Amino acid sequence: MLDIVLLGLNHKTAPIELRELLAFTKEEAVAVLEGLQKCSDINEVMLISTCNRVEVLLTTSNAIDAANSVKTYISEFKKIPISKFEDAFYMHDGEEAVRHIFRVASSLDSMMVGEPQILGQIKDAYLATILKKTSGVILNRLLHKTFFVAKRVRSETGIGDHAVSISYAAIELARKIFGDLEGKKVLLVGAGEMAELAVEHLIRNKIGEIFVANRTFERGVELSNRFKGKAIRIEEIPDCLKVVDIIISSTGSPTFVIVRDQVKGVMRSRRNRPIFFIDIAVPRDIDPDINRLNNAYVYDIDDLKGVIEENIKDRNKESIKGERIVDEAVISFKQWLEGLSAVPTIVALRDKIDTIARTEVDKTLQSLNHLSDNDCQAIHRMTNSLINKILHDPTIFLKSNGCYGDRFAYIDLTRKLFKLDD
Amino acid sequence: MEIVIIATIFFYLMSTAGYFAYLFLQKNYLNRAGYFLMIAGFLCNSAAIFYGFFKSGLIPVHNLHETLIIVGWSIACVFIIFQYKFNLRIFGIYAAPLAAIVMVFASQISSEPVQVKNIVNNFWLIFHIVSIFIGEASFVLAGGLGFMYLAQEHAIKAKKHGFFFRRLPSLELLDTAGYNCIVVGFTMLTIGLATGLVYAQMVWGKFWSWDPKEVWSGITWLLYAALLHERLTAGWRGRKAAIMAIVGLAVLLFTFFGVNFLLKGHHGEFTRL
Repeated sequence: MLDIVLLGLNHKTAPIELRELLAFTKEEAVAVLEGLQKCSDINEVMLISTCNRVEVLLTTSNAIDAANSVKTYISEFKKIPISKFEDAFYMHDGEEAVRHIFRVASSLDSMMVGEPQILGQIKDAYLATILKKTSGVILNRLLHKTFFVAKRVRSETGIGDHAVSISYAAIELARKIFGDLEGKKVLLVGAGEMAELAVEHLIRNKIGEIFVANRTFERGVELSNRFKGKAIRIEEIPDCLKVVDIIISSTGSPTFVIVRDQVKGVMRSRRNRPIFFIDIAVPRDIDPDINRLNNAYVYDIDDLKGVIEENIKDRNKESIKGERIVDEAVISFKQWLEGLSAVPTIVALRDKIDTIARTEVDKTLQSLNHLSDNDCQAIHRMTNSLINKILHDPTIFLKSNGCYGDRFAYIDLTRKLFKLDD
Repeated sequence: MEIVIIATIFFYLMSTAGYFAYLFLQKNYLNRAGYFLMIAGFLCNSAAIFYGFFKSGLIPVHNLHETLIIVGWSIACVFIIFQYKFNLRIFGIYAAPLAAIVMVFASQISSEPVQVKNIVNNFWLIFHIVSIFIGEASFVLAGGLGFMYLAQEHAIKAKKHGFFFRRLPSLELLDTAGYNCIVVGFTMLTIGLATGLVYAQMVWGKFWSWDPKEVWSGITWLLYAALLHERLTAGWRGRKAAIMAIVGLAVLLFTFFGVNFLLKGHHGEFTRL
């Protein structure tokens, strides 16, 4: 009997140093697939390698030997002793392996629950598997089911809703204020990784003009060239407030760069159009009292962190729904897998033919009233031996080991041909 | 007749249920169901009004029962159009129950047979009534949008992002939609008042008779005129505009019901029980 086995390590079991050592590039992954396919214990195989996990999914008739072959192979391939990574390795088989791959693809097992990249990474890994033809009936079915489950989890739960990074959270807030960000003008005060990232997100939202103010004008010009914006001097900020809608501030200034009265002064010439301050600096650049002005909104780094924490809590809550969807899918996959052994398929096939024959014979006998009981029984006997004769060869074929390698394919085909899975 | 009103109430209530289910479950089909049920209710509501019109040959506003039916109809009508234009999904939880409640009240008030008075039923009167009702329904929706704006603004300012923050649209959209409601409402109210004046001149021989309803309608008109003026000149938007829309709604409700119940005048029969 073939078993589905998943073994590997992820961010929960291995530190980044170890994950780096074991991560495979695309070319390496292809070589590994070819190498593992040659192992006698391994039937079908697939390799998933991302920055957070290295996992091998395979089918085998001997789980222990297959696992050892994989470990040995990886150890030789990467030239790392098995003992170095063995402790971080987990191994799931059967139902648990199925559940694990479903959870990984649905991003329930990710470092940041709900992050969307993992599904694409698994799709890429599967594509490599297809190209190298190292997957068969079971893994193909398993992966198609996996993509289906992942899609369902994403669309039916809120697992991917709401930002979980500072810059995304700021953009999401801006959307709640302005609706569409298209054409909105942005002022970047100071510089910094997070602030620049936020500006880049904004550019993707088709914002209008970008102004960059920096204490050293040269640095400002440099940044503004990068964003195709316009550099202004720090002294010009109050004037700039009349036209911009979003201000992202991240300077090293020990005092407020923009104070309440400056903003209050420009609100009239802004005709009260809303103005949104994103203050990423510590100590703060933007006077928090500005938030008390009408149509002015201020979020500092702590506020944004608070928003993110709420969002993460929400995602975790939603992940419970995701787990339920995964559980359902595991059960239905298990049923399909169990059906793949010969005996239940033969029984189901026999039942189906029996039912058809009995219904038809009964129908015919009803209109043949002149037959005696003996005649009727003779007809029943004849029907039974017809069924036995017809099913004899298929039964032998399905039971035999002659078609070993492709046995599951034949069983699967039989089930499809006779529609036994309803 | 009764059955049409019951069907109207049924559809409005179902629409309310659809919108509330959407509020909690956030499934798109619930929002669509709410919208189509609203349209179904609106068609039944229209049928009820047409029935009244053909039976008496007059636009049916002879007692509170008939008036409320038109109120429900106007709210549904304006809501359907605005929903089509702005797709403010959460808005249904305000408009649908409102229309349903108005219709339930209407059905609870007995309708006496119409005694045709010396009201001249002409183009001006129908125009007057329809535009006033549509205008006031727009103001009612603007008031609702004002409440939503304040709730959303509070969530953003206080940094408490709860249940409604997620479900309410952006401030900009609420503000624009509210402004549009008021522009439409003001236009219709102006037309309604103008046709009313023409009608008064034809029937009573004078444009303005200091009837309480006339006075309060004038006050309502001035209030919204001031709001629009400030918006266009001084850029009154956001919070101030939302509060003004709510104040306007309060004055409007007084003009509509308060005047008739507390003061006397030649519009009295509209709300006669």
